[in-house]
Amino acid sequence: MAERADTDALFKALADPGRRKLLDQLHAHDGQTLTQLCEHLDMTRQGVTQHLNALEAANLVAVVWRGREKLHFLNPVPLQEIYERWIAKFEKPRLKAIADLKRKLEKTHG
Amino acid sequence: MARSTFVYVTYIRTTQQKLWSALTTDTEFMKQYWFGVHCRSEWTAGSSWQMLGPDGELFDDGSIVAADPPRRLVIRWQHQRKPEIKAEGESRCTYELETLGSAVRLQITHTIERDPPSKFIEAVSGGWPKILSNLKSLLEGGAAVLTDPYPTDKSTASDKK
Repeated sequence: MAERADTDALFKALADPGRRKLLDQLHAHDGQTLTQLCEHLDMTRQGVTQHLNALEAANLVAVVWRGREKLHFLNPVPLQEIYERWIAKFEKPRLKAIADLKRKLEKTHG
Repeated sequence: MARSTFVYVTYIRTTQQKLWSALTTDTEFMKQYWFGVHCRSEWTAGSSWQMLGPDGELFDDGSIVAADPPRRLVIRWQHQRKPEIKAEGESRCTYELETLGSAVRLQITHTIERDPPSKFIEAVSGGWPKILSNLKSLLEGGAAVLTDPYPTDKSTASDKK
């Protein structure tokens, strides 16, 4: 059940274009303050704060305090877990299928 | 000079003590989630620290800056194998463990005092999420999800045979 709650929060957090834009911002420049993030976004400060809270709850953003500055970092660990759960296990058979196809085609034409 | 920092956070359903051992003294366990790599250290402040590859080759060298088991560990960490990464100098890696309900929150902060982009941070940033994901699966009772750090490269290569 706990795992399902984590996953729900994660996909809900990703299901918003504003939040994805915030993640893109952090991907380009990690460790930004709220003020720095607001400079590049067409959103109110309150809107950005709410989005950051949702991203933090989904563990997609990690917060580090440096003195009085609150810095936001993109945390890719949950994305890695999604990748492994839904993509990585399909990868090997697919790559094998492509390799087999290539071998067969090159044999008939070679 | 600016700094390059990466932060990784994961929540693992285990105890702080078990997670601490998995990250430090339990080298056999470490090899299972760290792609055959393990660390050698006394894990006390001031002691030396090395990361060794599957054949015992030296990958990284450094020392323990601070150790407060099972809560906080700070490692002074310098890469050794690739000259261009070694030239970037020392990095600092901090592990912070905190129990939250039935899980332990693990935060890894890896910093190097130089302007981004850092080759060192680039090199470790691909690895940490995979290592942490494996560690989580193993500690929560499953098997390691990935046994190879670069499954796509390897599977492509072996399929070509």
